Amino acid sequence: MAKIMTPAMEKLIKKNRYNAAGVGSSGKEAWKRLRRNKTALFGMAIIIVLLLIGVFAPLIAPYSYFTQDYAATLQLPSAAHLFGTDNLGRDIFSRCIYGARYSLPIGILCVFIGLGFGGGLGVIAAYFGRKTDNVIMRVIDIIQAIPSTLICISLVAILGNGLIQLIIAIAAGTIPGMTRSCRAAIFMVKNNDYVESSKSIGVSNLMIMVRHLVPNAVGIIVINAANAVSGNILTVSALSYIGIGLVPPTPEWGAILSEGKVFISVAPHVVFFPGMMIAITVVAFNLFGNGLRDALDPRLK
Amino acid sequence: MFWYIVKRFLYVIPVMFGVLVLVFLMKLVMPGDPVTELLPLTATQEDRDALREELGLNDPIAVQFADYVWGIISRGDLGTSYKTKQPIMDELMQRFPITILLGLLSLIIGQIIANPLGLLAAVKQYSWMDSLIILFTIVGASLPNFWLALMMIMVFSVNLKWLPSMYNGTAASLIMPVIVSSFGAIAATTRGVRTSMLEMIREDYVRTARAKGQKELIVITRHAFRNALVPVVAGIGSALGLLLGGTLIVETVFAVPGVGKYVADAVTQRNFPAVQGGVVILSFAYTIINIIVDVAYTIVDPRLKTTFITQKQKGIFFWGRNLRGKVPAAAGKGGV
Repeated sequence: MAKIMTPAMEKLIKKNRYNAAGVGSSGKEAWKRLRRNKTALFGMAIIIVLLLIGVFAPLIAPYSYFTQDYAATLQLPSAAHLFGTDNLGRDIFSRCIYGARYSLPIGILCVFIGLGFGGGLGVIAAYFGRKTDNVIMRVIDIIQAIPSTLICISLVAILGNGLIQLIIAIAAGTIPGMTRSCRAAIFMVKNNDYVESSKSIGVSNLMIMVRHLVPNAVGIIVINAANAVSGNILTVSALSYIGIGLVPPTPEWGAILSEGKVFISVAPHVVFFPGMMIAITVVAFNLFGNGLRDALDPRLK
Repeated sequence: MFWYIVKRFLYVIPVMFGVLVLVFLMKLVMPGDPVTELLPLTATQEDRDALREELGLNDPIAVQFADYVWGIISRGDLGTSYKTKQPIMDELMQRFPITILLGLLSLIIGQIIANPLGLLAAVKQYSWMDSLIILFTIVGASLPNFWLALMMIMVFSVNLKWLPSMYNGTAASLIMPVIVSSFGAIAATTRGVRTSMLEMIREDYVRTARAKGQKELIVITRHAFRNALVPVVAGIGSALGLLLGGTLIVETVFAVPGVGKYVADAVTQRNFPAVQGGVVILSFAYTIINIIVDVAYTIVDPRLKTTFITQKQKGIFFWGRNLRGKVPAAAGKGGV
C-alpha cells in the first residue's frame, strides 16, 4: 500500500484529516491549520509586536512616561512628539508605548487565571456530568445573572484601586464564561472512543481529562480565550477610564484617555491615540479569534 | 409549554437568592462601618449604639441575612445611601426608566441595522461588500465605547455643534448615547446573522425552493432568513447583557442620570450600599429579560429541545448564552 501512495496523496490525506468531532483537535493539528489562515497569523503578529513593545518600552519610547515639560503642553503631533503632548507636557507616544505594559498583559493573564479556575470547573462539570455538572452550572448561572462588568466593578469597589485588585476583579469576571465554554468544548469530545478505551484500561479520571479531553478540545478553548482577552482589555481600559481601575499617572491607555478628556476641544490627540492603541490591540485579538474559528470550524468553509 | 414557562419564571427565585447571597457576602467583607458613614461626625456613642441596634448589626450573620432578604422582598428595602441618606430603592427607581429606555432603544436600533447588514454579507459572500461588512464587525466590536463616545462628542458637539454633548432630557441628547451603546451589539449581531444565514443558504429546503422556481428574493427572505433568525433571537439576551454592562460607561460619559451612572458614581464615592443595590436591581432586570428571551426563543423554535443543543455545545455563538439547563433535556427540565 505504502508504495502506491505518492507524497502528494499523503499530503492530501493529511490535509483533509479531521477528527470525529470536526472541530476539536490536538494542539499540533490546530497550530497546523492556524498557520494556513492569514488573518489569524496577522492578528497574532500584531499581538506579538505589542507584547514586545511592552517588554522593550524603555528602549523604544523617546521620552520617559512621567517627565513633565511645562514649556511644551498640549502640543499637536510633530516630529519631536509623534503623538503630541498632554496638559503636563508629557509625551503621549511614550505614554502609549508604556501603556502596552498594562491592558494587554493584564487581559491575557486574567484569561489564564480564568481558564485555570473556570476552565477547570467546566472540564470537571462536562466530564463527570449529572450531579457534578448540575451543581457547578447552577452556581455559574447565579454568577452569570450579574452582568460581568458589574462583577468587576463591585469587586474593585470592595478591594480598592490597584493592580493586584484589578487583576483579581477582571479574572473573576472571566471565570463564568470560561467555565461555560470549556464545558461546551469538552462535551463535544467526551463521547469519543478513545475516552471509552482509556476508561476501560483503567486510566485515571484526571489523566483522561488532562491528556485526552483538553488537548482534543483545545481549538475551541483557544477561540473563546482569545475573545475573552479582547473583552478583558476593553474592561481594563473602561474601568481605568471611569477612574476605578488603574489610576493616573499610570500610563494605562484608558487612564491616559481619562486624563485627556477634559481637553478634548483643544487637544483631541490626547484622547485619539490611546484609544487607537486599545482598538488596535482588540482588533488583533478579534482577528486572531475569528481566523482561528474559520480555520477550525468546518461548517464555515 | 405552559409548565415550561412557569418553571422558567420560577427559576428567578433560586438565581436571585444566589445573587443576594453573593451581594450579602460583599456586604460582610466591604470596608467601612455603616454606622460611622450614616451618622454625622457629632453623633454621640449612644446614637451610634442605637443605630447599630436598629440596623441589626449586632445580630448573628444568619439573622442579618434573613433580615436583608426579607427587607428586599417585603418592602423593597435595599438600605440607605451613604451619600444622600436616602433609601437606595427610591433613588434607583427614579433612575431605572431612563436606563431601560436607553437599553431598549439601543437594542431595537441595533437589530434594525444589524439584520440587513448580516443578510447582505451572507448573500454576497466573498464580495467586496461582504469584506467591508466583516471589517466593520471586527472593528466595531473592538472600539472601546468610551473612546467612541468621546470621538462623537468631539465631532458632533464640539466641531459641528449638532448635538448636545451631555444628556439634558431632550431626544436629541439621547442620539449619541444610543448609537454608542448599540455599536458593539450591532457588530456582534451582524456577524451572528451572517454566519447563521450562510448555514441556512446551504440547506436543502432552500435549494428545493430555488429548484421550484421561487423568486430569489423570496427564497432569501422567507425561506433562509426566517430560519436564520432563530439563533439570532437567542443572541438578544447576551446583547442585552452587554448593553446593561455598557450603560455604566455610556451613562457616565454622557452624564445620563441612569442606574449605570448611579453605580459608577457610587463606586468612586465608596458608597457601598448603593453599589450593592445597583447590582441587585440590574441582575434582576437581566435575569428577567433573559428568561423572556429564552421563552420567546422556545416559542419561535420548538426544535430547540434537540437541534440547537448541538450549537450550544459547540459554544460558538452560544457561550455565555442563556439556554440554561442540562444539555439533552434543557427545555423540558426547566433548567433547575
